[in-house]
Order: sequence, then C-alpha cells, then structure tokens
Amino acid sequence: MKLTFTPEEIAFRDEIRAFIEQNYPQNLKGVGDREDLTKEDYLSWHRILGAKGWSTPAWPVEYGGPGWHATQKYIFGEELARAETVPVLPFGVNMVAPVIYTFGTPEQKARFLPAIQKGEEWWCQGYSEPGAGSDLAGLSTKAVRDGDFYIVNGQKTWTTLAQHADWGFFLVRTNSDCKPQEGISFLLIDMKSPGVEVRPIITMDGAHEVNEVWLTDVKVPVANRVFEENKGWTCAKFLLAHERTGIAQVARSKMGLKKLKKLATETISEGLPLAKDRDFKHKLSELEIDLRALEITELRVLANEQKGKGPGAESSILKINGSVIQQRITELFLEAVGPYGAPNPRAYKAEGGNFAIGPQGAPMAALNYFNVRKTSIFGGSNEIQRNIIAKLVLGL
Amino acid sequence: MDFDFTDEQKMMRDGLSRLIAQKYTFEDRHKAVASKTGWRPDLWAEFAEMGLMMAPLPEEMGGLSGDAIDAMIIMEEFGKGLVIEPYLQSVICAGSLIRNAGNDTQKAELGEKITSGEAIFAPAIYEAEGRFNPAFVATSAKKNGSDYLLNGNKAVVFGGPMSDSFIVSARASGATSDETGISLFVVNKDQTGLTTQNYTTVDGLQASELFLEDVAVSGASVLGEVGGAFAHIEQMRDHAIAAICAEAVGLMTVANAQTIEYAKTRKQFGVPISSFQVLQHAMVNMLIALEEAKSMALLAAIECAGDDAKARAKACAAAKVKIGQSARIIGQNAIQIHGGMGMTNELAISHYFKRLTMIDAQFGNVDYHMRRYGEMD
Ligand SMILES: Cc1cc2nc3c(=O)[nH]c(=O)nc-3n(C[C@H](O)[C@H](O)[C@H](O)COP(=O)(O)OP(=O)(O)OC[C@H]3O[C@@H](n4cnc5c(N)ncnc54)[C@H](O)[C@@H]3O)c2cc1C
Repeated sequence: MKLTFTPEEIAFRDEIRAFIEQNYPQNLKGVGDREDLTKEDYLSWHRILGAKGWSTPAWPVEYGGPGWHATQKYIFGEELARAETVPVLPFGVNMVAPVIYTFGTPEQKARFLPAIQKGEEWWCQGYSEPGAGSDLAGLSTKAVRDGDFYIVNGQKTWTTLAQHADWGFFLVRTNSDCKPQEGISFLLIDMKSPGVEVRPIITMDGAHEVNEVWLTDVKVPVANRVFEENKGWTCAKFLLAHERTGIAQVARSKMGLKKLKKLATETISEGLPLAKDRDFKHKLSELEIDLRALEITELRVLANEQKGKGPGAESSILKINGSVIQQRITELFLEAVGPYGAPNPRAYKAEGGNFAIGPQGAPMAALNYFNVRKTSIFGGSNEIQRNIIAKLVLGL
Repeated sequence: MDFDFTDEQKMMRDGLSRLIAQKYTFEDRHKAVASKTGWRPDLWAEFAEMGLMMAPLPEEMGGLSGDAIDAMIIMEEFGKGLVIEPYLQSVICAGSLIRNAGNDTQKAELGEKITSGEAIFAPAIYEAEGRFNPAFVATSAKKNGSDYLLNGNKAVVFGGPMSDSFIVSARASGATSDETGISLFVVNKDQTGLTTQNYTTVDGLQASELFLEDVAVSGASVLGEVGGAFAHIEQMRDHAIAAICAEAVGLMTVANAQTIEYAKTRKQFGVPISSFQVLQHAMVNMLIALEEAKSMALLAAIECAGDDAKARAKACAAAKVKIGQSARIIGQNAIQIHGGMGMTNELAISHYFKRLTMIDAQFGNVDYHMRRYGEMD
C-alpha cells in the first residue's frame, strides 16, 4: 500500500500541467472568483480538452475516453483544480453519457457521444418537478405514445443552466397504472423543440443558475428514448450514483482551502494576520483534516471501482461529506472577510460602480456561501443520502 | 422577578406590528431594496410619528425616557418584518453616543433631530484593519486652531447613504489600538473632504465606505471629552448588541414559523415532510436555539437598561455569542428543510437567512465576543 506517485505518474502530472499552462484560454484565468460565465466560456475550455481527448476521463476507450486508470484520473482532476479552470460541466460528460453508452442504441451512441466529447452540445438534467424532488419517482410529466413519437406534457424545475442547453435528458411518466418506479422512461429532448419553454429562477445569491422547464405537447421521437419503455428508473438510479461521486468535489475543495488559507494570511485583524488567530486557525485545521479524510475515502472508492465494483452506497458518504465541506469552506471565507462580507457586488456593479470593496476575495464571499447551501439539497439531499446508507449499507 | 411588559409597551408592539403587516409586506420590502434610494423614507416618517424614535431616548433629547427594553420590542418587530431602515444606527447608536457623551446643547439639538426622525445619524467607528475592535482607530484628529482636521477611512458604515451626519471616532493621541486618545466628532455629510462610496449589502441594507481627507470640524462638533470617548463607544456597542440581538430574535421567530408551516404543507412520498423524524428533530433544535436566543437578548436588554457597566458588557458579549450560534442553526436548517424552494430569491425565507447570517459580523462575531467574554471576570 502506498500513496506516493510513481515516476510515470509524476511525468503524467507534468504533462497535464504543461498542457493546461499552454492551452488554457487567457481570458478565463482566475475565473474562480467570477460569477458571470457565458456558455462560450464554459464550452471553449471543454472543446480544447475535447480536441486533446481529455474531456471525458471516465469514459471507456471505445467511446472516446483516454483510457486512464484511477490514479491518472485523480491527478487530472487535481491539476484542473490547481489551475482553477472553468469546470467541464457534468450534465453531458458525467451524467447522460454513461447512461447512453451503457443503455443506449448504437445510433444513439453515434449521434450523441462525439458531440458531448467535443463540447459541441450542452446538456441539462430534467429530473426534478415541483411535486417530485426527494420523491423523484413521484414525477408526473407525461409522455403519451403517438406512432413514432411521444407527446410530452408537464413541468420540470431547478434545471441547472437549461438556458444554455441544446439537449436535455428527461424522466417522464409513460405508465401510471403501476408502482411509480415502473412507469418511468428516459427521454432525450431537443431543447429547441416547439413547446419547450425555459423560465429563469433567481436564487438568493442573485444568480440565474436554475430554471423551470415547461413542456407543452412536445414531440419527441421514440428513437430518443434510452433503454426500454418504463425502464427509465434503471437509468435514473445508475446516473444518480455517478452524479454523487463527482459531487464530492474534493480537488476543488482543496483549491478552495488553499485560497482560504492565503486569504487568512492577507487579512489583517487588529494589526495581525487572521491566520495567526488561534480560533480561526483551529477551524482551518479541522476543515483540512476532514477534507483529507474525505480525499482518502474517495481514493478508496475509486480503487474499488478500478477493480470493477461500481459506485454503490459509498458514493452517498462522499456526497454528504463533500457537500458539507464545500459549505464550510465558504462559511469560513465569509467569516474571514468579517464586515466586508456585507457589500453586494451584484448591486454595486449593476449601478455601474466599477469598484471592489474590501480585501481581495471579499466581494463574492457572502454570495458564495449563500449559493453553496444548495450542495446539501441537490443531487439527493443529505437526509435522503442518510436514508440510503441506513437502508443499503446498514440494512436497517 | 418580572418578565412582563407594561401596557404602553404592549400597545407600542401591537401598533408597530400592525403597521408592518399593512405597509411593509415582503413585496413592499423587495421593491424598496431594489429602488434607487434603497429604503422607505415614507415609513421612516411613520415610525417617527408613532414615537418609535422617541421611545428609548431621554427627555432632554426630546425622548419619552424609555430604555433598552423599549428598543428591544421595536427591534424585534423590525426583525420580524425584515425592516431595512437605519433605526439601529440613528436612534440606538447615535442616540446612545449623544446621550452619554453630548453636552446639554448637543443633547437638545441633535436629540431633537433624531427623535423627530428629521435627520439620520450613523456611527462611523470601525476601520478595515481593526476588524471588530472599536479601539482600533487609525483615523487621526489634529488640532488646527480651534478646529480639528480629520484624516482616515471608516469601514462598512451601515445607514451611510441615507445619513445626514456621521459620528466619527478619531484619535488625537496614543497608539492605534489604545483605548485612550479617542474622540468623537459630528461630521455632516456635505463637509469638504468627506467622500463616500455607497452600496447595497447582500442582505438588502445600505452602507458606505467613508474617506476623510483634511475634514475640518469645529470644536463645537466634538462629542464629549477629547480623548475620552472609548467608554461611550463601548456603551454604544452594548446597546447596539442588545438591539441587534432583538432584531435577530424577530428574524428567527419568523424563520422558524415559516419553516414549520412549510414542512407541514410540503408533501413528498405521499406524506408531509414534517412527518420525517429527522426533520422534526431539526425543527426542535431550531426551537431550542430560538428560546436560548430570546433569553440572552432579554438579558442583554435588561442589563443595558440597568446601570452596572460590567454586568452590561458581560451580558452583551454573551448574548452576541449565543445569537450568532442560534442564527446559524436556524438559518441553515430553515433553508435545508425548504429544499430547493429555500434557495430562491422569491421566497421570504432566504431573506431571513441572509439577514441572520450577516448579523454575526456586525459589532463583533461569535469568536470575538467569546474571547472577550473569557477575558472578563
Ligand atoms: C441549485 C440547485 C440546482 C439543481 N439542479 C437540478 C438539475 O439540474 N436537474 C434536476 O433535475 N434537479 C436539480 N435540482 C433539484 C434537486 O435535486 C432537488 O432540489 C432535490 O432533489 C430536493 O428536492 P426538493 O427541492 O423538492 O426538496 P424536498 O424533496 O421537498 O425536500 C425538502 C426537505 O425535506 C427533506 N426530506 C424529503 N424527503 C425526506 C425523507 N424521506 N426523509 C427525511 N427528509 C426528507 C429533504 O432532505 C429536504 O430537507 C437542483 C436543486 C438546486 C437547489
């Protein structure tokens, strides 16, 4: 057993690092503190990675994955976080793609996977509904078969970045006379189809990140159904397990912690750096230890996966601890900037104020803290994750 | 022992609560925050008409000789209604400084402006590098004939944009963090050399950065003894803490009520989510946090109304710690239990959460007051 990298792995890391340095778009540097990323901002980096064959680290080689083993994937994630790159959004690469290459038809694979890999098409996730959040199987958006088409009616909500989406993967009800899980199908819907309407939801941090998606008599070819009719729940569950590992965000949290420590050395409190404040230091250490524990746990899960044991209920542990650590980092950021958490950069920017108030890192501190309350709610809330562990791991 | 309010106090609470229910709905507040001025001058005038500005201030300032208990009642209602007007700054903080440091003329003249609601005053005490320490005053006051020249910056001055005057702490002598050598000056907003940078805060309030460059103020604008203002500032802080704790109690009361109501009506898996024991326990913890906060806010107000400075300081430090802890428990659980709905700007609950969060950094956070408390005996 060991945790050190081999010389080959170090060479691999250097190769990744050099590639990022040479190819990462100049205009997207330091983007971690920006909140106004455009579709093009997200996709431009995705495309660069795609052209290199690195946008889909987890995919099997036959569909365009780079064929990396677990350690390489881990190193790759670390390097992206280290350089604070724009994230490659998970909806295409890590969510719908594994469903398509696992359950899809050859035509579906050929039609959708390359465009996802290259960053040509943007995907959104149409699962949640106003009445079906934690109880996802209670969804009521209806798809009625009409020849070679389904006619879809209903409403989805909380759909992340659907305002940019070219395609969406949707869970729809195709049978109501059975157990709820047994009447669901998995559809790929062109967001430009007539009858699809995307309405913004503004979150408490003032961001437009989520949407309502209204579907009125939307015609979807039966060929865009993945897996069998009424077997969509199988795809949904498979996808949720994939979603939950990515959701731990260990590499990004390590980067966040590093920035937090830097901020603490730069923030002067009564003439001394905050990093010298015993109480604050204690909290930083506690956070770092918990993050380390999460990281090693994730590596153990990845090592298991490498041996062919797919992500199971352990991914719920990663989701719970990963989400809470993200929240604690933003909470300490806010604490670190103290009184300067108050100014609202969105408001003063909107009024044409071209100034930053307070120390570096201060302007987004509160808004980030507000925003990240979402991590214990989405992807299956932390209460739901605990229910899953209680049932599947503890057998209670 | 007596935890009862007087009939006058109950009437004031009812009157204010009615006014807020009628004219300060969540939608009204939303509009006010987004408006050009960012507040409701019309409501400010109504508050004054109701006598709210007079309530906690002494007769010689034109007040009704009430005390911190009156302030508590008012601030708690303001909390419930998410009120954004600068009552805390003008009436509680500036009112406290003028009452304790001002001479008879200042008390009468400035007091009349505050109690009538005609003018707004904001304390400009804290500086960026001092963080939560009000003795950290790098802003200098140099004697220049019979005038003083003020130079320095003041950080996150709440109520700044709508204030007519600031009460600025500046140092005539001593090292930057000395408690002696600090004086208070009344500085009008249009005074030459004073510039401000105004902004809205993340919880919908208005605040300013103040930059003072050779601001010349006359000897008559000194509030209290030159170099001897710190005790007044400490007293102001205690009164501010008692008041903001009461505001927090108001916020928490509504946040809890809304969360319980939501949990009872929101159904998942065919049942109200309030039937899940894990959420029930979370809501019980919220209730316990609220009751503790109420007790400590009350203690702070009672000690502020008394005349034992040591007991007052200790109670207020303790209250600020407890309120910070309770606000965190209640705020975070309220959002979590609301699920995705809690994340939206549309629902009031997220605004209660934001204000509850931001109160921690006003007048010193949990760690700061925990440390202070430990150093008192
Ligand atoms: C920012 C954000 C982005 C999102 N992005 C997407 C997206 O792109 N696509 C998509 O489909 N969805 C998305 N979601 C939706 C997300 O998955 C849901 O919010 C989540 O499933 C919770 O559902 P809900 O909001 O309806 O809350 P509810 O299910 O109503 O839950 C409310 C509270 O009750 C608790 N609860 C519910 N059931 C139980 C139980 N059995 N036991 C104990 N406690 C329980 C929950 O934990 C929560 O605390 C997003 C949500 C957010 C906030």
